[in-house]
Amino acid sequence: MTTTSEHTATPTSRMPTARTLRDRLQQLLAFASLIVIALFFTAADPIFMTFGNITNVLFSTVVIGLLALGTTFVIITGGIDLSIGTGMALCAVMSGTFVVTWGLPWPVGVLLAILFGGLIGLVNGFNVARLGLPPFISTLAMMLVAQGLALVVSHSAPIYFNDSPGYLQLSTGSLIPGLQFPNAVLVLAVATIVAGVLVRRTVLGRYTFAIGSNEEATALSGIDVSRWKIVIYTLAGLFTGLAGVMISARLGSAQPATGAGYELQAIAAVVIGGTSLSGGKGSIVGTIIGALIISVLNNGLQLMSIPQEWQNVILGVVILVAVYADQARKKAAA
Amino acid sequence: MTVVHGTRSPERAIDRLLLEVEGVVKGFPGVQALDGMHLTLRGGEVLALVGENGAGKSTLMKLLSGIYAPDSGTFRLDGREIRPAGPKHAEDLGISIIHQEFNLMPDLTVAQNLLIGREPRSVGFFTRDRLLNERAGALLDRLGLPLDPRARVGALTVAKQQMVEIGKALSHDAKVLIMDEPTAALNDAEVEVLHGLIRHFVTPETGVIYISHRMDELKEISDRITVIRDGRYIGTVDTPDTNLREVISMMVGRAIRTDARPENVREDRPPVLRVDGLATKALLKDVTFELREGEILGFAGLMGAGRTEVARAVVGADPISAGTITLRGAPVRIRHPARAAELGIGYLSEDRKQFGLMLGQSVATNIALSSLAQRFATRGFVRDRDIRSVADALISSLGIKTPSSRAEVSNLSGGNQQKVVIAKWLAKDCDVLIFDEPTRGIDVGAKDEIYRLLNDLAAQGKSIVMISSELPELLRMAHRVVVMSEGRVTGELLADEATQERVMHLATLRPDESAADAAELHLPPPDVPAASDVGPHADHHAAPQSEARPGADADQAGQSS
Ligand SMILES: Nc1ncnc2c1ncn2[C@@H]1O[C@H](COP(=O)(O)OP(=O)(O)OP(=O)(O)O)[C@@H](O)[C@H]1O
Ligand SMILES: [Mg+2]
Repeated sequence: MTTTSEHTATPTSRMPTARTLRDRLQQLLAFASLIVIALFFTAADPIFMTFGNITNVLFSTVVIGLLALGTTFVIITGGIDLSIGTGMALCAVMSGTFVVTWGLPWPVGVLLAILFGGLIGLVNGFNVARLGLPPFISTLAMMLVAQGLALVVSHSAPIYFNDSPGYLQLSTGSLIPGLQFPNAVLVLAVATIVAGVLVRRTVLGRYTFAIGSNEEATALSGIDVSRWKIVIYTLAGLFTGLAGVMISARLGSAQPATGAGYELQAIAAVVIGGTSLSGGKGSIVGTIIGALIISVLNNGLQLMSIPQEWQNVILGVVILVAVYADQARKKAAA
Repeated sequence: MTVVHGTRSPERAIDRLLLEVEGVVKGFPGVQALDGMHLTLRGGEVLALVGENGAGKSTLMKLLSGIYAPDSGTFRLDGREIRPAGPKHAEDLGISIIHQEFNLMPDLTVAQNLLIGREPRSVGFFTRDRLLNERAGALLDRLGLPLDPRARVGALTVAKQQMVEIGKALSHDAKVLIMDEPTAALNDAEVEVLHGLIRHFVTPETGVIYISHRMDELKEISDRITVIRDGRYIGTVDTPDTNLREVISMMVGRAIRTDARPENVREDRPPVLRVDGLATKALLKDVTFELREGEILGFAGLMGAGRTEVARAVVGADPISAGTITLRGAPVRIRHPARAAELGIGYLSEDRKQFGLMLGQSVATNIALSSLAQRFATRGFVRDRDIRSVADALISSLGIKTPSSRAEVSNLSGGNQQKVVIAKWLAKDCDVLIFDEPTRGIDVGAKDEIYRLLNDLAAQGKSIVMISSELPELLRMAHRVVVMSEGRVTGELLADEATQERVMHLATLRPDESAADAAELHLPPPDVPAASDVGPHADHHAAPQSEARPGADADQAGQSS
């Protein structure tokens, strides 16, 4: 093997490959657009850059961010989860049921609500992996089921957490006294780190990418693809549950009729962050940047008193531009 | 393949230069794929282009078909300079190409693939499909390709997909036909068909560039051989005046030995895997064989004989309708490949693109996939450093040509991609390895290295099933050869009794006729006509080892007449 090994890699070569450069560029680009958008809004209205408003932006990033984190895993496998929006509402209602109606201590209620989210994900995963239903269809069905159940369980009325101040502190309180960052932002930060470690450092993360890159090859490599898919959808569900807790703690109530629409914002955040809907590519950092872009847009456009309808139009255009730019760059690189 | 080689008819116009490639340079990030390459193709000839994996052959062909643009250098067709701007343009210029990696639409039919972009129009919507199929059918008949125009391409075997590619390329009125490893997935009989097509295609106005790692067929089909190494032109020889040894040493820069046969079968070693009466709905019937410890068991057969199906059924990738699998004496049920992996059975697929690789991921990621949890993780956390060092070790022991273990697999040459799939299974500690066409697309020098690795594995006590369409390879490597035909085992030969003729005889046996076949030759029916009786035959299965190998007997009988 003397001749062939001459021109193989020296074990020490640490040349960054085209791929990692490309991935970094994507994140850099997303981050740069975030800065540009923020600068634009600052120019339009100086209030944007005040501490109070930035806290507001971060607050609204929390919910989209948590949903987007969980669904990043699903999208990297090449799947999709449409049930996270109404699933979040259902988890909020369940949290209200546990804490307010049943009177459980709020930490127990929170834990159960998160686990309930996991249960929704487990069912999604089972439908996709074991019954072989397309993710789009099975999570669409789950979206309707969750929407209905949230109304049934709550008798179509909001559940107020007035008597659980601890629960409310979960979102608006501030664990670190000096810093005036609300706990919700800390929760998002911790969740981001956990998700990032899961994606980059663990077997789970590697299998997530493997399934999205080539599911059949992964299965033939001896990996129990359907089991891992169930794990991944369940994980996404846990994030949904946490999002349900955080949104109800922020609002002080569980609103059974909200939730629809959040799934699309979360998916948009993931896509803007450079995760490919066809699977096999993606990053947690990108997703968080994507979530920030969306909430900055929402916030800034509101500041500029642009009506809600137009905000949606602009958001849609931004998604198109982001995905198009991503594809154009990939084509140029190929 | 008797006397006349159409391509070597003496009255061809020797001096007519059809295609000239001059000083072509092409670099990719971190790789100089071509570095001043040139070659000439004369009218009426088949020019073989050979070189190691990653030498730059496919890159040159992609430049000729306009997929990439060269950094510098010129192409001349019929004396006029051309700059192919894309595959369509190249086709219009008269250059048609069969790529190493297929370019078929798996969800379309054979006819739709063949005539893509040239579908008959102007007829009413409803009759178009019929017209399309008719035209495709006529084309297939003209070319002598045994394909159903209505079949969905994704459902075809690799070999049949290859035929669709060939049909597609031949259907253009090309002057220059380029074939990048067209026979990698074909067995000898299919190669014969292809060579027939090529001879039919070549006229004084046309020429073929033929890339192959199968040295034995160069003598058969080519007029001249051009050798490329590390992106540079090494030399060109006239096929009749050369021998393979010379060509190979030009390719790899040294002489390689082609080893003698393996040691004889190890009758004493305990059986590891036993498959009894395996059947599937689609094809397999009563497949029975036994794999011993430290054995390399070859599987031979024609296209569609069912060898891949056996492998897939054993590892649980496809459901079985009957049969039992016994591992080290204990019956096992294997419902999916993950279960097989748990039991220490690994399967390397013949189709690296669809079933073997994550093309968009790095070399190291691919190598680590099957052994990740078992070998590279502590409590769920991945140890990347270990992955990289194991990947680097395999990269150098297999001679994988890549800028680093982090390079994306899709950027590697075909043969090097194949080596990555092999590395994936070498990284995992399996007791039983089922290798389906493991050397597909791998150059002669590297093949040698892989044979050595397989022999080492067997010597360590691993058991290997080796499915291959290259008979010489099987005869060289296998301790025993199981031969299949039409979904059944038609015989089993020991290393020292396996010859090309015997294997081919068994491979072409129609299983349901073998008894009649023997009767016709006025021979006593073989004691157990391999798979001819569909019912259960317990006595045959009960003592397979002590029993004479039925197929071998049938075969010897056939030989002696
Ligand atoms: N798109 C690409 N990006 C980066 N490197 C590439 C690309 N295409 C080819 N290469 C590199 O160029 C070199 C030549 O590759 P090429 O595919 O031409 O080899 P080949 O002679 O066809 O080999 P094989 O016999 O294995 O098919 C290889 O080192 C390969 O890794
Ligand atoms: Mg090639």
